Order: sequence, then structure tokens, then C-alpha cells
Amino acid sequence: MPAFTVKDFWRRYRRNKGAVVGLVVLLLVMLMAATAPWLFPGSPWDMASAPFLPPGEMGMLLGTDSLGRDVAAGIAHGARISLLVGAVSTAAALLVGVTLGAIAGYLGGFADDAIMRFTEFFQTIPSFVLAILLVAIFTPSIGSVVFAIAVVSWPPVARVVRAEFLSLRGREFVQAAEVLGKSRVSIVLTDILPNALSPIVVLSSLMVATAILLESALSFLGLGDPNLMTWGFLIGSGRSVIRLAWWMSVFPGIAIFLTVLALNLVGEGLSDALNPRLARQRGGAA
Amino acid sequence: MSLLSVEGLTVALPPGGDRADAIEDVSFSVDAGEILCVVGESGSGKSITANAVMGLLPKGLPVRAGAIAFEGTDLLRLGAEPMRKLRGQRLAMIFQEPMTALNPLMRVGDQIAEVLQVHGAAADAARRVPELLAAVNLPDPAAIARSHPFRLSGGQRQRVMIAMALALEPALLIADEPTTALDVTTQMQILRLIREIQSRRGMGVLFITHDFGVVAEIADRVAVMQHGRIVEQGPAAEVLNAPQHPYTRGLIAAVPHGAAPERAAITGEEVLRVTDIAKTYRRGGIFGAKAVVRAVHDADFTLKRGETLGLVGESGSGKSTLARCVVKLVTPEQGEIAYDGTNLRLLSRAAWKPYRQRIQMIFQDPYASLNPRRTVGDTIAEGPVTHGTPRAEALGRARELLRLVQLDAGAMDRYPHEFSGGQRQRIGIARALAMRPDLLIADEPVSALDVSVQAQVLALLAEIKARLGLTMLFITHDLRVAAQICDRVAVMQRGAIVEQGPTRQVFSAPQHAYTRQLLDSIPGRGWTPPQL
Amino acid sequence: MEVSKLLGFLLRRGVKAAVVVLAIVVCNFLLVHAAPGDPASVIAGQSGAADAVFLEQLRRQFGLDQPLHVQLWIYVKSVLSLDLGFSHRQQQAVSLLVLERLPATLLLTGAAFVFAVTLGVTLGALAAQRVGKWADSLITVVALTFYATPLFWVGLMLVLVFSVWLEWLPSFGMSSVGADLHGLAVVWDVAQHLLLPALTLGLFYLAVYARLTRATMLEVADQDFVKTARAKGVPEGRILRSHILRNALLPVITFAGIQAGQLLGGSILVETVFAWPGIGRLAFEALLARDYPVLLGVFFCTSVMVVLFNLVTDLLYAIIDPRVEVAG
Repeated sequence: MPAFTVKDFWRRYRRNKGAVVGLVVLLLVMLMAATAPWLFPGSPWDMASAPFLPPGEMGMLLGTDSLGRDVAAGIAHGARISLLVGAVSTAAALLVGVTLGAIAGYLGGFADDAIMRFTEFFQTIPSFVLAILLVAIFTPSIGSVVFAIAVVSWPPVARVVRAEFLSLRGREFVQAAEVLGKSRVSIVLTDILPNALSPIVVLSSLMVATAILLESALSFLGLGDPNLMTWGFLIGSGRSVIRLAWWMSVFPGIAIFLTVLALNLVGEGLSDALNPRLARQRGGAA
Repeated sequence: MSLLSVEGLTVALPPGGDRADAIEDVSFSVDAGEILCVVGESGSGKSITANAVMGLLPKGLPVRAGAIAFEGTDLLRLGAEPMRKLRGQRLAMIFQEPMTALNPLMRVGDQIAEVLQVHGAAADAARRVPELLAAVNLPDPAAIARSHPFRLSGGQRQRVMIAMALALEPALLIADEPTTALDVTTQMQILRLIREIQSRRGMGVLFITHDFGVVAEIADRVAVMQHGRIVEQGPAAEVLNAPQHPYTRGLIAAVPHGAAPERAAITGEEVLRVTDIAKTYRRGGIFGAKAVVRAVHDADFTLKRGETLGLVGESGSGKSTLARCVVKLVTPEQGEIAYDGTNLRLLSRAAWKPYRQRIQMIFQDPYASLNPRRTVGDTIAEGPVTHGTPRAEALGRARELLRLVQLDAGAMDRYPHEFSGGQRQRIGIARALAMRPDLLIADEPVSALDVSVQAQVLALLAEIKARLGLTMLFITHDLRVAAQICDRVAVMQRGAIVEQGPTRQVFSAPQHAYTRQLLDSIPGRGWTPPQL
Repeated sequence: MEVSKLLGFLLRRGVKAAVVVLAIVVCNFLLVHAAPGDPASVIAGQSGAADAVFLEQLRRQFGLDQPLHVQLWIYVKSVLSLDLGFSHRQQQAVSLLVLERLPATLLLTGAAFVFAVTLGVTLGALAAQRVGKWADSLITVVALTFYATPLFWVGLMLVLVFSVWLEWLPSFGMSSVGADLHGLAVVWDVAQHLLLPALTLGLFYLAVYARLTRATMLEVADQDFVKTARAKGVPEGRILRSHILRNALLPVITFAGIQAGQLLGGSILVETVFAWPGIGRLAFEALLARDYPVLLGVFFCTSVMVVLFNLVTDLLYAIIDPRVEVAG
């Protein structure tokens, strides 16, 4: 786990072709999200043309839905919500997971036992059912969706961070820092955490992907923020009319698929770039 | 005709390695009934040679040239299936790591029986397995056969590996550092076992090792490897006592002499007195079975100013735990650790801090003891900065210290992974010295290093200790190293110090049975390395 | 493992499972009280005819005017006696509603699980065997594709292709409406209805198992004991079966235990898409009606299913791995 320069990192990342493609796709999705208000001015909820227009007709690139709303506009605006929810809920889950994992792994003993039982409990209960329950009880809004996703996403972070801290705590350079008389906070922040970052970084890109899937599933069930256009909502509204208007469900699904795939590919690239030894072991996957 | 004859064997490394070939133009032979030791430091290509003979080279390492003739057959021209039939039947191999070399999910007896089954002797399995386990001196063979590997100790597992290798009475046994991962007493038992079985069955043995002591113990003939080439080979007595090649001469000169020199008794005042400390580990929770391990008990000792005390013992003897108690990396539940009259055990983390400057530690693993994300300069300067020295001053001192440990000042801005094991260990020493300690605790500081590097680091430690007037607690499992560097030694066994005294006295007239056993187990104790 | 040790192991895990179930009950209780507004109206369900008399009755029944710990005690007692509350909307006890729908969900998730594990492990093993070759790349790409696709969308696309366009398979329900079938014909009818939902739910987990198996197989193949087996002259096929695969299955079993809950969660989506009459569909209907007692009941029931399933995977693991009994 030597220190890398940015150049080294990029050289290793670039070697994974899939990861480069993933990065490009992800940047395109971000670009779409950023420029949605200019590409499709006005609200995506407004009627843009006649209802049930197939793709390509009357200037509607991806067709219109049952109320004549532009599917393409919905997808572009939905990208903003998906990325936002993915990023914010991941950040919140990381905050909780890293803190709990770090305390458990560094202190060990009773704190470790208590925190790990708590984490295991959260891993046992069906996370999606819990998320549904949380959003339903706290009434659907972007806040409750982010909260629910964060609540069900932190346990894997806590486990990974705990394992890393546990192994690093026993490493001789951390013991050397103890013997030098450094404070606990300083040891955690300057000796342990920087060496535990690689798996956290890789995990977080995968968590954003999972969060986007979760958000779309909640929206699909009608648990999205009623004021915000999301990909899951688009698919959900197309479900009952799939015999009439396949495009209403197909295109938003492709948007989710591409974004989630891109994030997974980026995660693999990060993993290869941050753990060169593992990358070789995996025998040059994808 | 030799049993095995290797001619001009060359194995390529993947492109981008530090050299083109892993081994180059290697030639040697093994006769039936003889043990050939291939000896060399890490990276010399000795293991690759062994694997090439077994046909077990990884895909990235193709054979480029040469021939391997075994019982008249060229193994390199043999197809995969006939080669597989030879393996386990005529050719057998044992490995370095007994802890990982057995399938953890399979009973030991089944793993031995598997050799018989895949070579068409399944019918014999029920009879042969207990026989084989008995032949490698394992107690209660029937019970061992039913056990899973995790139940057995390292030495027992290595015996199982040997039993497995001998199942079909192969003509050639290849042993790749089979005793390196074992404690000395176990190592000696395994060496004797291999020697005994080999002579009884007239087997040829190709024995790979890095340890000249082991060579002296077991070899009929020796081949010395360096950078993928054999630089010298000949009968054991000749190579050991009258080495010709400069590399061999250097290696043998670096071997620590088993004998302890006469040393003047140290008469300084007492610096450290450890009395009555105990550390017990309890494992298992509310639901699990509990296990209690008394890691340290009955281990009183004192250290005088300027003295080096060696704590020697096998793995699990508690020597590292004891040393870690002194620097509060481990907190013992009772006893007194009096340093200049203060009981360190009772101090809080904050009250301990001033003592951190006076007591420092050097660690075992040069690859794990430096923070990979911090430059060498920062690593060395960090301690003084923590204790209030201005950063610029601390960095200036770090530069001086690099010179003291014989490293270039250019190392300051580089990261640990750019250095070799020996260099890293010097950085670790500089980090400890930056605090200007008067008591230095060295936890196996040379056991992870090659023998030539080991000699250099030991010499450096001795020189620095003398120059700075340090007191040292030196932990080692290697009695030859202890003999060389310690004024007094304390022998530990199962958490207790069983004997202590001046090094020369303990070595020449051991009182305790365990000390005698340890001394008897020093590999090559009958061989005095020549003065070169 | 001997019988006595096995019983001891089961007992320890059983106690642990009981603690988890109790914690889930407490979790349910906290959710009701964390919800904004009057807990009584949460229990009643928003769309139920929440008249004042009924709410007052609920308050008395759950002791809502008493201190919190007394309320908790009343709640725990009622849940442990399998009283999961009453759905005012459906005019039925929640436990009955859930039990009635459970078999359909178990059939769906069971079928999906078996499909995902067998095919996933097989494909993962194949990919690991041919690492770097085209078959590996293909399997890896397919696995990644299903891994990145939303479950409910896969379901919709399968409906679009196989029901709408090709008209091969039914797109909703568990059996044909109005058909008077007997014997094997019923089984055949249900199987046809089951195929698409089970495929939908299974494909994602197939991807997960394929990726996991491939990774662990490659990892195990690198270990020392595999080299030992090779040095013994064991043929490659046998090395794969009795050394590599067996060790590589351990993480797969662990993972199966961890994701059992996800499988049940996923069934909510799949049952919604295919109108499969299981507890997932029940949850979706309850969601539309804001029928909280039913939602909480589904949550409790799925959690208990996961705990039971974990008990089975723990046992399986302990049987395969001899080291477990020592670790406790």
C-alpha cells in the first residue's frame, strides 16, 4: 500500500478499459444533470405535446407519457435527483459507518462487541422493507428518502472500516506511533485512516450505485418525493400502460442501468488503481 | 546415472522484472541416497528451481532452455498427464508454510489417502494412513487421521506433509524451506526425521534453505545460488569450511557464530526492574467456550545502565508480550515496572508521555513498521515534533540520523516502499534514536532480514549502542544472534523466565532442561564457521 | 460435528436468533413512536375509518396513556403472542393476512434463490476456470449487466418481450383466472406464471453469486493447499471439485445468509410488477392505503424469515467448516 502520485493512480486506472468507459458515461450523466434546466427549460411535469406519442414523433425524442409530458425532459431532470440522492445518502452512510467502524476497530473490546452486534442486527433485517417503512412513516420527501437509504446502507461501511482498523491497529507502524507518544486522535487520523482509505473509496462508488437503485425502487413504488421528477417514478407511471407505450418504461430504465453500470465500472477501476496487487490477482477482469 | 540431473536450466521472468531470467543456466544433480542443499538468500531463485523440477511453475514463468532428467526421462518434454502421474508417486514435495499447506476443510487422514487414491492405490489407504502417520512419529495416528488441520500444531502439520509425501515411497523428495516457519526445537526434530527417513529408504532429497546452520546439519552436498545462478557447488564439508566464491565467503562470514565471547560484567546503576508482572488473555464470549492463556507470569528481570539483556525463547513464549508490557503497548494486570524508581504500570496515558522520549522501540517487520503514506523524513521527525520540538529542527536532526544509520540524506523525501528491508530497518532505528532514548527495546529487529543484511544491522546496533551509551532489551528467537550481542540472556518458556545469567555462562553451562534443549537445537551447532 | 456439539451450537444460535427477533419487535415499536403525529392513528392506519371511538379504544388497548416502557411491554407481549394488530381497512387480523400470503412469497423467493445459486455458482466457477478467455469475459459482462439493472425494470422488460410481444407467458397473477384445472395441470399453470417473476428476482442474485464465486475461486486457487494437491499428483478436475470449490463455497454461504433479507425485499418489487399474490404485493397494497399495521407486520414477518434462514446457513457453514465450533 505505498503512497501514490496522481499520475501513478491515473496510469493504473487507465489500464482498465471498462473503468475509463464508465468514467466517461458517468461524466455524461453528470453533464446531463447539470444542463437539464437549459436543455429542457420549464418543469418536466408540464404537458409538452399530445399524450402517448411514440419516440421521434413531433420532435419528442423519447416520446411522451399519458399526460403528454416529455419523457426525455423527465430523464434529464431525474438525473439530478438520482445523483443528488446517491451522493448525499452515501455521504451520510459513510459518516455513520466510518465513525462506528473506526471506534469498534480501534478500541476493540466491549465497544467493538456492542457496535458489531448493532451492525449485524441492521444487516439481518430486510433493508428494503425497512427503507419502505421509514419513508412511508415519515411521509415521502427527498429528506426521508435520503434518510432511509442512509439508514440501510451504513452497515457494510462499518464492517469494512472496522476490519481495516482492526488489522492496522495491530500493525507495527501504529504501535511505533503509540511508542512515540502520539495522541489517540492523531494516530487514528494520521496513521490509520489514510491507510484505510482505499477500500472506503472503492466501496463508496459502489454505494452511490446501490443508492440510485434503491431510490428508483422507492420511487417506482410511489414513495418518491411527490414534487420531484425521478427515473423510478417514470417507470412506475409507465407500468400500467406498458402495452400502449413501451417507451415510457424502457428509456428511464436504460438511464438507471447506464448510470449504475458506470459507477460499478468506476469502482472496479478505483479498486485496480488503489490495490495494484489485487488487480493482478484478479487476472485482468473486465 | 544420477537420479535427477538438471542441465543448463533457464526460466524467464515476466517482462519488467529486475532481471530477464529468474534462474539462468542452472546445472546440478542429485543421486539416490544423498541430500543436496540449494542455499541462497531471498530472490536467489532457489524456490523456482525446486518448482521447475516438480513441473509446478506458475504460467508467468516459462522454461526457456535446459533439460531436467529424472530416472532417465526428460521432465520438460513430458506431457501434463504423465507428469501428473509422476508427482506424488516418484517425485514428492513439501513446503515452507505448514499452516496453509493443508486443506482446512479436509481430515488429515483423507488428505493422505488422496495421494494413494489418485495413483490407483486406494485399496491400501485404510492400512497405510496410520502406518505413515506413525512413521513420522506422530502420537495416536488413528486420532490424528480423523483430525482437521486446525487442530494440529505447525510441527505436527509438517509431519503430516512429510507422511503425505512419503505415501508412495518416492525416489526424490523436494523440500522447499520445510523448517523455516517452525520453532528451533521443532525444526531440529523435523530435520532429524527427514535425515532418518532419507537414509532408511535411500531416497534422494533436494533441500532448499537460506540457513547455513541447516545446511551444516543435513547436507551431503551444497549448491549456492545468487541472482538466479549457481555460483558454487561441492561436498558440504568443502563449501562450509573452505568456501571459494566471494559470495559464499561473504554469506558464511555473516553467519552468527554460536559461541558467546567473554564480556566484562556491567556495573552501572539499575535502570529497569520488572517484578511480578502478569498478563493473561481470555478468549471467548458469553456463548463460546472460554480459553485462558497466561502470556506472561514469573518473569522478573533487571537491566543496568549500558547493558544488553537478551530475551530468548520460541514463538508463544511471551517474550514479545513482556517487552510490550514495558512500553505499555500491552497492559499487564499486576506487577511493577520500575523505571528509574517510577512504576510505569500505574501511569495514565498522559503521565506516560514524558517517558516516551526515554524509552523507545525497534520492531520486527521492516515492511509493516513504517507508515507507507509518510515520507522517511517525516517518519523520523514525527516523534520529536509530537513532544514539542520545532519541525525544522526535528527535520535537521532526522537528516543527521540518516547519516548515523548509514543512509543517504536524499532518503528524506522518499516513501518507505522505495527501500529494501535492511534500509527500512535502519529507518526504524533512526526513528527510535530521534527521541534520544536511553533505553531501547528491540523486538526481533533482524529476524526478517537476509543473513548478510542481518549482520550489517547487528553491527550498526552494536556500534550505536556503544557510541550513545544505550541500555537495550533485545528480543530474539535466534540463540546465535543473542550470543553475539547480549551481555546477559533470559530464557523464556510458556510465559515464564526459566533461566537467566551472563550469556557465556548460560551458553556454556545451562542449568535448566529447556535451555539445554534450545541450545541442542541450534542448527549446525557442530559446525564452527571458518574465520574468513 | 458430533450430535451433542451440534445441539449446543444450535442452542447458542437459537438464543442469538431469539434476541434478534426481540430487537426487531422493539424496532417496530420505536418506528410507530418515531412517526410524526399520534401513535394511535399510526396503528389505526391513516385511511382506515379512524373515528374517535376507535382511536380511544386503541389507546386503551396499547396503554398509550401510560409510560413508554409499559407501552413497550404491552407491545412486545402482544407481538410474541403472534398478535400483529388488526388491519382496519381489510377488516382482518394482520397475522392472518400475512400467513395467507406467505406461501406464495416463499414459492417465489425459493425458486429465485435456487435458480440464482445453482446457475450463479456454476457460471462463476466456469469464469474462474477460463480466466481471461472469452467465456470469462462474457460471463463477467453478463453478470455486471444484471448487477446494474433495476429489478423492477427487468421484470417490466420481460413482460414486454414474453407477454406483450411474443405472448408466450402470462404477465400477472399466480394462476389463470377462471380456468378449472386439476392435478398436474395446476402445477403446470403455476409454473408458467412463476417463470417470469422468479427469473426477474433471480437474475440480479445470479449476477451477485457469479461474481462472488469467480472472485473467491480465483483467490482459493492461489492458496498453498492447492499447490500441495498439485504436488500430490491430484488431477485438475478433482482439485477443482474437492479442494477449490469446497473452500470457495464458504463465502457464498455466508453471503446467502446476508442477502436473504434483500431477496425478500426484492420480492416486494417483483410481486408488484407481476401482481404475484404474496406478502410483497400485500405490502404494496398496504403502502397505497397507508395501512401501517400491515406494513409493520410484513416487516416483522420478513425479518423473522431472515433470522430463520440465517440459522440454516449458520448450520450449513458449521457442517462444512470444522473450525466453526471452536470459534463459537
